[in-house]
Amino acid sequence: MSTITWITARGLFGRRRFLLLLPLPLVLLGLAVLCRSLGVDPGEWGPPVLVGLGLAVVLPVVALIIGTGVLGAEIDDGTVVHILTKPLPRWQIVLPKLAVAAGVTAVTVAVPLYVAGVLADSVRLGLALAAAAALGALAYSALFLALSLVTRRPVLLGLVYVLIWEGLLGNFVSGTKVLSIQQYVIALADRIAPTGLLETTVSVPVASVMTALVSVGFTVLAVDRLRSFSVAGETS
Amino acid sequence: MSTLSLTGVSRWYGNVVAVNDISMALGPGVTGLLGPNGAGKTTLLHMMAGFLAPSRGTVTLDDAPTWRNPDVYRRLGLVSEREAVQGFLTAYEFVLASAKLHRLADPAAAARRAIDLVELESAQDRRIGTYSKGMRQRARVAAALVHDPEVLLLDEPFNGMDPRQRLHMMQLLHSLGDAGRTILFSSHILEEVEQVSGTVQVMVAGRLAASGDFRTIRRLMTNRPHVFAVRSTDDRALAVALIAEPSVSGVELDRTGLTVRAGDYGAFTRALPRIALTRGIRVRQLVPSDESLESVFSYLVEA
Repeated sequence: MSTITWITARGLFGRRRFLLLLPLPLVLLGLAVLCRSLGVDPGEWGPPVLVGLGLAVVLPVVALIIGTGVLGAEIDDGTVVHILTKPLPRWQIVLPKLAVAAGVTAVTVAVPLYVAGVLADSVRLGLALAAAAALGALAYSALFLALSLVTRRPVLLGLVYVLIWEGLLGNFVSGTKVLSIQQYVIALADRIAPTGLLETTVSVPVASVMTALVSVGFTVLAVDRLRSFSVAGETS
Repeated sequence: MSTLSLTGVSRWYGNVVAVNDISMALGPGVTGLLGPNGAGKTTLLHMMAGFLAPSRGTVTLDDAPTWRNPDVYRRLGLVSEREAVQGFLTAYEFVLASAKLHRLADPAAAARRAIDLVELESAQDRRIGTYSKGMRQRARVAAALVHDPEVLLLDEPFNGMDPRQRLHMMQLLHSLGDAGRTILFSSHILEEVEQVSGTVQVMVAGRLAASGDFRTIRRLMTNRPHVFAVRSTDDRALAVALIAEPSVSGVELDRTGLTVRAGDYGAFTRALPRIALTRGIRVRQLVPSDESLESVFSYLVEA
């Protein structure tokens, strides 16, 4: 494990902020178990729980907390200077941090989604949701990591993207769905396990290409921003 | 042997000029960067360390620019003013992580050597979060020294240190300077700079106000007229007696008391009690009215 990965992981799990991650996946899991045990028709609880809660809220919010935390928290408290005063090409800082963010997000979200998918339909749907969520975790993490380098308010901006762009506009203006990671995840999951539970207007090729573009594009942006990272003096 | 060169360096934020057209070359030895708070010392240090792009001019370490050039950190170390450290790490882990990120051949040995250098061995296995301010500072210095850099920049390194730690840090900087390293530290306290460095760069309001040997600058500072506010039982009689003193260059009398301008600080402070005693005048108040560092610096700018 690289030193950056190690410090990032210790920083992530060492902060209280990490506890924020637990409730959302637990709610998702709890709702799925509850609906299944009460014998509710999966056609009724599947879409709101799997998509409405799992893919539209839990995945992006967990990715937001972690993605803005792996580098943003260090920028906030100034410890980023210790990493930046090393003769490392900046991609060697960004990539390990992205890997930690995407990995932790994927594990946190994919496990409850897998269980919920199995309860709703089949193991295949569970695996499809988990796999698509893992890809979504990578794209979201790249986006939020880059956000923490281009703005001082990455969490706010990230929330605006998730809630307003993906959540609100996606319902009214169908064109916005082409630029919505959530829709890519749904399209990919539906492709792996076709069921009547997941619906999207984005085609699979578009979803695949856009997921890759978002992941690579924002990572490149983050590396470039980190190369020109400025530290503002406290006294001046 | 490395030289850090600044050529016509300016930095502005919108309409505010933080650093104004500074040129200097820092060679081996200890140099103090002296100036009041807000003079632009931190901005200048950040530009030297490659954490800020100059708006104009160039900062180079042996002809390589420091901005957007991580390779300079092989030869440069920075101890920033913000005392942020990963509090969840022990000092040893923290310094070791630094050594590993520098890709040193034997990171463990380098970490131990750096911790030895700042005398932190006894506490090295405690979490940094439990440290005092001075200890945290030393842990950060150890991390900045772990790769034995040729150039070390320290922003207000003595802040929060107790006198013993301060002395130790001063000795450390001395020995590094004597060993041919280029050391620059900033401070807003004259006495700190006096004790550590022979060469000073004085910054006032973003400009380089004076530069050179500390003793010369110190003499300029001590020879400047000092202004005192004096109140006594008989201001007029005291004024008459004081103006006869060679150390006094001017006396002003008004309702609130005397304003005395003294050319020689030491001679005046010895003369006043003697005069008061022989003339039977009781001095009720003696306040140096321009002892703020800003006035010292602004005098330097005029000199």
